Amino acid sequence: MKIAVCIRRVPSTETTVKVAADGKTLDPAGVEYIVSPFDEIALEEGLRVKEKLGAEGNEVIAVTVGPAEAATTLRTCLAMGADKAILLKDDKLYQRAPYEIAQGLSAALKELAPDIIFFGKQAVDDDNSQVPTITAQLLNLPFVGLIVKLDLAGKTATVQREIDGGKEVLEVVLPAVFSAQKGLNEPRYPSLKGIMAAKKKPMEEKAANITANTLEVLKMEYPPSRPPGKIVGKGVEAVPELVKLLKEEAKII
Amino acid sequence: MPNPILVFVENKDGTLKKGAIEALSEAKRLSDALKSEVVALVIGNNLGSAAKEPAFYGATKVLTVEGAAFGHYTTAPYTKAMVAAFNKVKPDAILFPATLNGKDLAGSVAGALGTSALQDVISINADGGTLTARRPVYAGKAIITVKALKAPSIISLRPKMFTAAKSDQSKQSQVEKLDVAIDANDQRVKVKEVLKAATAKIELTEADIIVSGGRGMKGPEHYKIIEELAAILKAAVGASRAAVDAGWRPHEDQVGQTGKTVCPTMYVACGISGAIQHLAGMSSSKCIVAINKDPEAPIFKVANYGIVGDLFEVVPALANELKKNQG
Repeated sequence: MKIAVCIRRVPSTETTVKVAADGKTLDPAGVEYIVSPFDEIALEEGLRVKEKLGAEGNEVIAVTVGPAEAATTLRTCLAMGADKAILLKDDKLYQRAPYEIAQGLSAALKELAPDIIFFGKQAVDDDNSQVPTITAQLLNLPFVGLIVKLDLAGKTATVQREIDGGKEVLEVVLPAVFSAQKGLNEPRYPSLKGIMAAKKKPMEEKAANITANTLEVLKMEYPPSRPPGKIVGKGVEAVPELVKLLKEEAKII
Repeated sequence: MPNPILVFVENKDGTLKKGAIEALSEAKRLSDALKSEVVALVIGNNLGSAAKEPAFYGATKVLTVEGAAFGHYTTAPYTKAMVAAFNKVKPDAILFPATLNGKDLAGSVAGALGTSALQDVISINADGGTLTARRPVYAGKAIITVKALKAPSIISLRPKMFTAAKSDQSKQSQVEKLDVAIDANDQRVKVKEVLKAATAKIELTEADIIVSGGRGMKGPEHYKIIEELAAILKAAVGASRAAVDAGWRPHEDQVGQTGKTVCPTMYVACGISGAIQHLAGMSSSKCIVAINKDPEAPIFKVANYGIVGDLFEVVPALANELKKNQG
């Protein structure tokens, strides 16, 4: 079984966002980049599927659209256990809208023809949560988002997905596209052995095939700042005063 | 007159979702500004009165797609229904509630129409006939203003950020049934079972009040005091990443950059120090109350009201005081 996992290089979640001089993008100075946390979950699931099926005839391929530096992100995926990686080079990643990224990915995925394509449910930078489903559209494959459990039986997957107020169980005919939600698994850390092995694993690089242009960012700004906090007091003695403030000042209760 | 605004009226067995009412209300406001009209699309297997209600919020026309294939949400058949409605009315914009299924569908419809969706939008501007929308990125650490370069603008609206209009039950609109053929290709995904939460939980993203516990809770058994306070406040229960990663709370309760972004009227943070990823997910709450032992905790920088103290004493005392107040 061929399993493709789509990865995005994102600023670390520790990043304090600074708007760049153009007033539209993130100032990249001093920013550290990581594998988007939901994509780590997606990759972990790919690795677990392969481990269950056995190494023979099964492979996990990490694919990303991004600048040359995204090779480092893919090396992390190889160190975690992916068998090979594909970098679809595109210097404009952080100006690209979801459709464009899905276009780049789907062109490469069509050639690969995987049995399963995993994504994280959203990238933690642009929070767009739609590249997985647009990719499925472009490949004419079934899609299930927000999965928290996956079982395979031949060419059928049984998955659980999060819905508002609960979960549901679905049956999906492969090949299919899934997006991973937190809870699906706990991603592993790359081992030292994995990091060494990653250096020898194949990484293919080619230009991303992107022609679409669907959205324009006009401005990036900071959220309204909050007024300085107020310490009501210490310990249980402060509780009556807090309730009074919530009632009379904030008018919430 | 410009082309209409189409609204996906998400419903559960014929009952309109709160977010759908917010989307209809916002569509009406925009259509007034653009001098266009609102068309609603209602999809399901048991629509009940759901086809009548969009008129109460300003829809002049309602399209319905009904059938067994639409009983449970799955991406492909719902996308087909939306595309059929798009072809029928050629809208300039399509609005969705940014619920889990609403966002799923908005993205899929965007893909089908060769464009991208604007997800989790918090405000829309229609000045000069061009739609621009503001949406948070980096889990709310920044906000971008975006416009679609290709029609239609596909926009999902973050719950609770748009005012729901008052329902005017004297209004009626034309209802038209759309026939959408579903084939085997659309049915490669089948819903087998719906697993409801054990107790009727209040959704974090829809809750007016959230009581959240973090690392300071010290263990899953202590969440009883959080749940008691939440019950008195009719609040949802949330958790920080530390509490979820420790296995004390389910993943769907997590608030923050890798959890849910919330904007309740009041957010009560108990034993949460306030890591940047957590603050990103909850700092658009209208009022933040923090209870924490450490007076230097970053949560106090964003809290409207803070109590420095042991949560195991303060939280039950707060619950008692509120009970006294109510009684």
